[in-house]
Amino acid sequence: MKSKAKLNITNLNWGVSFLSAVMAIAIGLLFGLVILLISNASEALSGFAAIVQGGFADGAKGIGDVLYNATPIIMTGLSVGFAFKTGLFNIGSSGQFTMGAFAAVYVGIKWTFLSGSSHWIVALLAACIAGALWGLLPGILKAVANVHEVISSIMMNYIGMYFVNMLIVSNIHDKIKNQSLPVSKTAIIPKAGLDKVFGSQNINIGILIAVLMVVIIYFLINKTTFGYELKACGYSKDASKYAGINAKRNIILSMVIAGALSGLGGGLLYLAGSGKYLQVVDILAPQGFNGISVALLGMSNPIGILFAGLFIAHITVGGVNLQLYSFAPEVIDIIIAAIIYCGAFALLFKNIIFKFSKRKEKEGEGI
Amino acid sequence: MDYVIEMNKITKTFGDFKAVDDVTLKVERGEIHALLGENGAGKSTLMSVLFGLYTPEAGEIIIDKKKVKINNPNDANDLGIGMVHQHFKLVHNFTVLESIVLGMEDTKNGFLKMDEARKKVEKLSDRYKLKIDPDAQISDITVGMQQRVEILKMLYRDNDILIFDEPTAVLTQQEIEELMKIMRELTEEGKSIVFITHKLNEIKEAADRCTVLRKGKYIGTVDVKTTSKEQMSEMMVGRKVSFIIEKSDAKNLSPVLEVKNMTITNKFTKKNVVKNVSFNVKKGEILCIAGIDGNGQSELVQGITGLMAINSGHIFLNGKDITKKSIRHKCIEGIAHIPEDRQRYGLVLDYSLKENAVLQTYYQPCFQKNGIIKFDAVRDYAKKLISQYDIRSSQDEDSIVRGMSGGNQQKLIVAREIDRNPEIVIAVQPTRGLDVGAIEYIHHQLLSQREDGKAVLLVSFDLDEVMNVSDRILVMFEGEIVGDLNPKNTTVQELGLFMSGSKRSESYEIKSKA
Repeated sequence: MKSKAKLNITNLNWGVSFLSAVMAIAIGLLFGLVILLISNASEALSGFAAIVQGGFADGAKGIGDVLYNATPIIMTGLSVGFAFKTGLFNIGSSGQFTMGAFAAVYVGIKWTFLSGSSHWIVALLAACIAGALWGLLPGILKAVANVHEVISSIMMNYIGMYFVNMLIVSNIHDKIKNQSLPVSKTAIIPKAGLDKVFGSQNINIGILIAVLMVVIIYFLINKTTFGYELKACGYSKDASKYAGINAKRNIILSMVIAGALSGLGGGLLYLAGSGKYLQVVDILAPQGFNGISVALLGMSNPIGILFAGLFIAHITVGGVNLQLYSFAPEVIDIIIAAIIYCGAFALLFKNIIFKFSKRKEKEGEGI
Repeated sequence: MDYVIEMNKITKTFGDFKAVDDVTLKVERGEIHALLGENGAGKSTLMSVLFGLYTPEAGEIIIDKKKVKINNPNDANDLGIGMVHQHFKLVHNFTVLESIVLGMEDTKNGFLKMDEARKKVEKLSDRYKLKIDPDAQISDITVGMQQRVEILKMLYRDNDILIFDEPTAVLTQQEIEELMKIMRELTEEGKSIVFITHKLNEIKEAADRCTVLRKGKYIGTVDVKTTSKEQMSEMMVGRKVSFIIEKSDAKNLSPVLEVKNMTITNKFTKKNVVKNVSFNVKKGEILCIAGIDGNGQSELVQGITGLMAINSGHIFLNGKDITKKSIRHKCIEGIAHIPEDRQRYGLVLDYSLKENAVLQTYYQPCFQKNGIIKFDAVRDYAKKLISQYDIRSSQDEDSIVRGMSGGNQQKLIVAREIDRNPEIVIAVQPTRGLDVGAIEYIHHQLLSQREDGKAVLLVSFDLDEVMNVSDRILVMFEGEIVGDLNPKNTTVQELGLFMSGSKRSESYEIKSKA
C-alpha cells in the first residue's frame, strides 16, 4: 500500500514535468501559427503543417536529417543542463563548441599520420580537450576569484570565436572560400550503414555517441558519489561546505565536463562529412545558445535533453520545408524562442498543474 | 462572565488535516490568557482565525458579545484585535516611527503628516514605558526593541485585544521580565491579552488562565494559580514529562577539545568578533556557552568546525592540532556539528531524507564502491535512523527534506551527527523552535553522549536549557569569555548579569585587561 503511494507521487512529478514541457511546446507552436497567419494567411495552415510534420515529411531521409541536426544541440544541451544541475550557468557553451570544432578539424586536416579509425577518434578527443579547456578557465575564475561564470564565459565565447578565426587563417585556411580546408577522409565519423538505412548523407554514428553521452551523464549525476557532490553544491553551497565537500574542485570539474561536452558537440558536427566547413565569420556559434534552449526545455534532465534536442531538430527540419510555402525559415527561430520563453515558465505551469490536480482530488473527496 | 472573546467550536482544516478541531476559547476582559500547546497543536492556526488570516470551516466568533465574521486582518483591526507575530513583520529600512504608522498614515494633499503621529507614539511610549527611538532604523535596533515597536503598533491602532505569538522566543531573560511587566500593565488598563507559548515558567509567571490544545483538539482551560506546571505539561503532551534532568556528576576526565587564543575578525567590518578565546571541553562533560545572540558564539563555533577562517589561535582535538585541517578531516577525526541554521548548513533541502542521512559519509566504503553510490545501503541506513531516532515524515526515507517539519529536520540532523559516533558534539541552539517532546528528546540524546564519555559543546540562548543541561557554563560577551560558572552555584538572574556584560568572573577580568 505504502510503496504504491510512493510510486504515484514520483509518477506525478514526472508526469507534471512532461506535461508542462508539452504545454510550453503547444503555446510556442500556436505563437508560430499566429506569425504565419500575419505574414501570409492563405499559406499559413500548410506552412504550419510543414513545421509540425518536420522531419517526418521526407520519410526516412527526413528522420536521418533530424538525427543529424539533433546531435550537436543534444551535446550543447547536455553541457548546459549538466552545469545547471551543479548550480552553474554555462552560457559559454558556444565558445566551447567552436573551440572543439576547430580542434577536431585541425587534427582532421593536419594529423594525417594517424591511420584508420584512430584518426576520427583522436580528433573527437581533441575536440573534448579544447572544449574542456574553454570551460576550465571560467571554472577556475569562479572557484578561486569568485568571478561569475556567466560573465567570464560570455567573454570566453568571443575570445573563442576570434581566436578560432585567427587560427583557421594561419593554419587551415581555404583562401578562395574563406573557410577551413576539407578534413582527411579518415577523420570523418563512420556512417556504419546508417546512411543506407535513412538514405541521408548527413547521418553518422555521431547520434549514437550523443546518446551514449546522455546515458553516461545521467549515470554520473544520479548514481555516483561525484554526482552526489556536484548536485549538493548546486542545491546548497553552504550545506555542501558543512559536509566537507570541496566546492572549489567541484566547480572547476563541473565546468571542465560541461566544456568537454560542448566541444565534443562541435567535433561531431564538423567531422560529420556533410559538407560543413568552419567559416571565418564574426558570428558566435548558434548551437551553444540552442543548447540553453534544449537544456531548459529538457529541464536539465539528461533524458529530457535528449528528447528536447530531437524535438528542436525536428521543427528545424520543418523550417527548411517551410520555404516551399515562401516563408522565411527564421520563423522556426521565433517559434523556438517562444517555446523557450514558455519553457522558462515551466515552473509556473508545473505549479498550475499541481494545484489543478490537487483541487480535482479535493473535489473528488467532496463527492 | 464578561467575555471579550468567545470562539465557539472552531474547526479549521487544511486538506485532510484538521489543524483546529472543535476548539472553544473564552477570554475574559482584562486577563492574560495563555494558549498552551506543542508545536503543531493548532495555537497559531486558532489565532490566525481570530486575526482573519484563515476562515474557519465551522464555529462562531463572538467579540464583545456580538457575533462577528472576520475575513481579513483589517476586519480584525476594526474590532480592536492586534497581533504580534512570532516572526516580526517589520520593514527593515523604515524608521521605528514609520513602521508604527504604516497603513494608518495621516496625509495632507498627498504628503505625509508625521508630527501628530510622532506625538501620539511618544505619548504611548511614555505611558507604557515602552522605550523606543522613533528615528532609528528597524534593521539597527535589537530584537527586544523591535518587539516593543510591534506592541506600540497595536496600541497606536487602539487595539484592546492583543495577541502575542510566542513573544519570548527571541528575548533575553531581562527582556522577558520586562515584557511580562508591560503585559501586566496593559491588562490593568483594561486590555485583554492572549499569550501563545509552550514555556510553562512564563505562564506561571504572567497568565491568569490557560487553555491547552493538543493535536488540534481542546483539552481544557485551567486557572494558572491552582494548577501546577506538571499538570499543565501533562495536559499539553498527554503524558508525564520530567523537567529535572537527572544526571550523574561530571567525571572530570581529560580534555577532548582545546581552543587556545582564538581570534576571528569579521571580513567586512574588520572588528574582532571573537577575541582571544581559550577553553577546553572534557570527556563526559556538557560545556555550555551562554550569551545573548550575536556576541560571537556563532563565529566561535564556525571557527572550530572550519566553516569560518580564524585569524589566530589553535584548536586541538585529543591533543592533535587540527587548526588548519579541512572540514572533512575534522569530521572524520570526530567532530559532529549540529549547526545553528539547520536549513542553511545542516541539510540539502532538495535532497531526500536518505541522501541527507549520508551527507558526510557518502564516500565511505559502506555507501559506495568505485565511486558508485550503493543506494540500497543508503536506504537501509536511513531506515535505521528513522526507526532508531523516531524521525517522522510523509514518505519515510524518500521524503524531500524541504517538506519535513522543523522538529523532524532537526531530529534527522541530530540522528546523523550522533550516529557517526563522534568524539565531541558541537550543538548550536539545537532545540530552538521545537516543541517540548522534541526538546526532551534532543536533551536526552545529548545527555546520553555525555554518559558515553563523549564531550558536548552546547551553545544556547535559552537559559532554562543552559541551567538544566550543562555541567559548566562559559558566558560570552562581545566576543570574549567573561564568566566561567557552575550551574549549581548560580542563578538565572546572575547569569543574565554576565550575559549583559555587567559582571565578569575574576579570572577573566584580569586576563582581558592584560
